[in-house]
Amino acid sequence: MDNTAIAGLVASGAMGEGESPPILPYMPELVFGTVIFLAFLWIIAKKVVPNLEKAYEERASAIEGGIAKAEKAQEEAEAALREYRAQLAEARDEAARIREEAKEQGAAIVADMRRQAQAESARITETAHRQIEAERHQAMVALRSEVGRLSTELASRIVGESLEDEARQRGIVDRFLADLEAGERQPTTVAGGPEGAERTDS
Amino acid sequence: MSATMTAAGTLLPMAGEESHFPPTPADFWQPLFPMFSLGETTYYFTRPMALILISFIVLTVWLLVSTRRASVVPSKGQWFTERVYDFVRNDIARDMIGSRDFLRFTPLLFALFTFILLNNWFGIIPPFQNPTMARVAFPIALTLIVYVVYHWIGVQKHGLGGYFRFMIPPGLPSWLVPFIFLLELMTFFITRPLTLALRLFGNMFAGHMLLVVFIIGGWELLVHGGALSLVALPAWIMGAGLTVFEALIQFLQAYVFVLLAASYFGGALADEH
Repeated sequence: MDNTAIAGLVASGAMGEGESPPILPYMPELVFGTVIFLAFLWIIAKKVVPNLEKAYEERASAIEGGIAKAEKAQEEAEAALREYRAQLAEARDEAARIREEAKEQGAAIVADMRRQAQAESARITETAHRQIEAERHQAMVALRSEVGRLSTELASRIVGESLEDEARQRGIVDRFLADLEAGERQPTTVAGGPEGAERTDS
Repeated sequence: MSATMTAAGTLLPMAGEESHFPPTPADFWQPLFPMFSLGETTYYFTRPMALILISFIVLTVWLLVSTRRASVVPSKGQWFTERVYDFVRNDIARDMIGSRDFLRFTPLLFALFTFILLNNWFGIIPPFQNPTMARVAFPIALTLIVYVVYHWIGVQKHGLGGYFRFMIPPGLPSWLVPFIFLLELMTFFITRPLTLALRLFGNMFAGHMLLVVFIIGGWELLVHGGALSLVALPAWIMGAGLTVFEALIQFLQAYVFVLLAASYFGGALADEH
């Protein structure tokens, strides 16, 4: 190929493009390439990249949201655990309290029973005392009349005088006994024993 | 191998009896039909233009379909698109521009990367088998856009005067300033766009030539070589190896183009030189 010829042809622009050096751009290709690329760039910038970036943002926020959700769940779990522990401690306290109360109640019941038993025994003792007293009194009354009768009978036998008359007999015996109780008369050997016992009792 | 062969054969315009070996730059001139005439010149719709159009349709359909219902839990298609997008977004844009501004440039860088990559790979994908970027007009078109953008954002950030002052690194001896300024001016306005466009173009152009030499050359040897037709097999093996190698280079060139564009954007936005 002749270089000067090429230069001349390029300058005139009349030659076949196949003969021009490949370093020179073919204008229709330059324009067409620019237009096509700009159209492609427009689609990329308006559609493709925004779509992708939107997905990236959503992905990032989804991951962040997931982390936040997990953190929340963990917080909730910890709160529940705290609550359970508190409840457990409360239940333990309650149980201890109930046990304590039961112990106290048991002690109170035992004390109460003891008191009742004591009261009962005291009451029984008292009743027994009273009964004994009443019986003693009765015995004394019976003895008195018996002693009186025996004494008068003895006296009447000794004296030989009938003292059968009821009123006189009673009057004498009663007067004797009253004197005896008033201490005006010292007990005789006959009446001394039982009288001394009665005095200490009354 | 044979598919590559026949496809490569149909790709190159086999004009009559004329042999296409050795390949010449003229082989890249593949007009399909005339579009219109201005004066004496007739403008053609060329095959690379058709490839650009196909790449545009393929990429648009792929990206729109796979991201139309972009969701938090990606489908397989969306997942793949995200891998590609993440590569440009995180490994190129964010690393080169910084996390403050990179999102603004991600669409442009992503568009550049996918566009260049697919058009480069057209060089080895049957039945296209012609890297679109081997026609210098397309790298220039992309470089123009990058060029306009990085100057625009630089002026926007520093002001017109500030942008030129910003080109001079601080702390220089005053006698050096004019020289450095001249050098930086050349870098910003000439070297960068020129190298950006020509690197891509040159790699694709030369790579395609190389493939044509081995594959078509093997064919020529087989048919016309006589005793040398035995060499056709090693030539084709070489061609297959180089095809794999080309795939890597084609990816690498797309990556380098986008990486450099991102570094220019990042440089224009930097607070200091």
